[in-house]
Amino acid sequence: MTVYLPIAELSVNILIILGMGAAVGFLSGMFGVGGGFLITPLLIFYNIPPVVAVATGANQVVASSISGAITHFRRGTIDIKLGTVLLCGGLAGATLGVWLFSLLRRIGQLDLVISLAYVILLGTVGTLMLWESINALRRASKNETVTLRKPGQHNWIHGLPLKMRFKKSKIYLSVIPVATLGFCIGILTSVMGVGGGFIMVPAMIYLLRIPTNVVVGTSLFQIIFVSAYTVIVQATANYTVDIVLAFVLMIAGVIGAQYGVRVGQKLRGEQLRALLALLVLAVGIRLAIELVIPPKEIYSIVSAGRGF
Amino acid sequence: MRILGLIFLLGLFFAAPLATYAEPMDFTEKLDIGISTDEISITSDFRGADLTIFGAIDGFNADLLAQGKYNIVVALEGPKENTTVRKKQRVFGIWINTNSMTFELVPESYSLSSTRDIDTIAPPGGMNNMGIGVNHIPLTPIGYIGDGSNLTEFRDAFRRLRETTGVYQRDPGGVQFISSSLFKASVRLPADVPNGVHIVRAYLFRDGVFVAAKALPLRVVKTGLEQAITRAAHESPLFYGITAVLLAVVTGWLASIVFRRD
Repeated sequence: MTVYLPIAELSVNILIILGMGAAVGFLSGMFGVGGGFLITPLLIFYNIPPVVAVATGANQVVASSISGAITHFRRGTIDIKLGTVLLCGGLAGATLGVWLFSLLRRIGQLDLVISLAYVILLGTVGTLMLWESINALRRASKNETVTLRKPGQHNWIHGLPLKMRFKKSKIYLSVIPVATLGFCIGILTSVMGVGGGFIMVPAMIYLLRIPTNVVVGTSLFQIIFVSAYTVIVQATANYTVDIVLAFVLMIAGVIGAQYGVRVGQKLRGEQLRALLALLVLAVGIRLAIELVIPPKEIYSIVSAGRGF
Repeated sequence: MRILGLIFLLGLFFAAPLATYAEPMDFTEKLDIGISTDEISITSDFRGADLTIFGAIDGFNADLLAQGKYNIVVALEGPKENTTVRKKQRVFGIWINTNSMTFELVPESYSLSSTRDIDTIAPPGGMNNMGIGVNHIPLTPIGYIGDGSNLTEFRDAFRRLRETTGVYQRDPGGVQFISSSLFKASVRLPADVPNGVHIVRAYLFRDGVFVAAKALPLRVVKTGLEQAITRAAHESPLFYGITAVLLAVVTGWLASIVFRRD
């Protein structure tokens, strides 16, 4: 059963797209991540032009983050003020990102940069997570009490000026590192089509020492707006958002996520993190292999009319 | 008188190859073609299409026709765009696009059908001048190309890629005579056929000499929802982007209601 994607300008098997959406939704529900970092590479593996995959991935991230954010909003675990500061940085980053995206596309290096960025990001994050979760698993098997690093020590970040009080998070922190973090994630959102939760959450916990209970909700809050903004800017600047593809992915994704959540609740935190780390590494390695092995075809064609 | 006549004939004989590629005015043959539709619509389940073109030769020389001296080439040319070919090379262990060359206004798709292999119909020089055939489509580089030593390489790569992806195709044998002067040609439109105005061109050759041509436009359009979406994306991109976001918001919100468990 094929469906024609009007923006990607090609026919795809709708069952494969549904399967991809459901699988990524399942994993994102299970691990509590947006899934953008999985959906974009998967679409690229399935020959969707990277430019369309990135912009459409951001659209799918909006849908998958909304349901999570609503739940956190009901529970009151979103720090709107902190989220807004992150968001200001994020919007600036996304604007720069879309500009970078257009520039790279013009000089023909976009696909390379997308792949390289994924390899570096997924490789680093995957390795760190795997390391951390294996240690946690080892400690758990020795029946040692699992202690998170005590957030008592202040690092250099806490010495920066322009401090602001975030009541909900009960912290007094400079806006500079918060906005910078948002800015970096914003660039990633528009260049790579990821929400960035899998980088933002650890950064907020370990670098900014923000209490864990508000971290996920607040990062989702910012992701929704930055991804939504990215979708609109990509649509106006590059015309690369495929609404049909995005819709099919979303529907399958939100349903898959529900089952993922149920499975996720049965697994322990460290186990989940180890599995997620392996998954992240696997996607990164797959992309890395493609960069280093001699390609079957060293020439490629880009025409002005189609753009990719 | 006889000598004059001979000179005249000789003149014709020598002038013929020169006149071949100019406007074929001095030939009696006429070519007429017709297609069943002037519009191909791309629907959501479009998987390519076959287009049949009917044609007739008028004012032909019956003897030559009986000897099979007439050959027909039918080409379906897609919309033309400037097209860039990029080449990857290994840099520090990874494969990067390093060189590129842009060709001026080449067809996005090209489907050729003929009575026999076009290289046996007329000399390659002629086909080059007229730009008939995958190997003869003019590929003119634009911009700086250095000493031009890699021109052949990029042209070959372009033709090969376009043929392997199926957007350029040739069918030597796709044109068949259904009666003495009536013929039928079938050309294939690939599944990823570009939208826009395509041109069906038919060429008639008599004993290796180009004698007549005829062209008809064929529009390839997206229809229904596909067309509406593409138009919205390009003509009102802000509205389109906002719609895409709202769709995601509603989907996510509905999911949180439908699957609410707390």
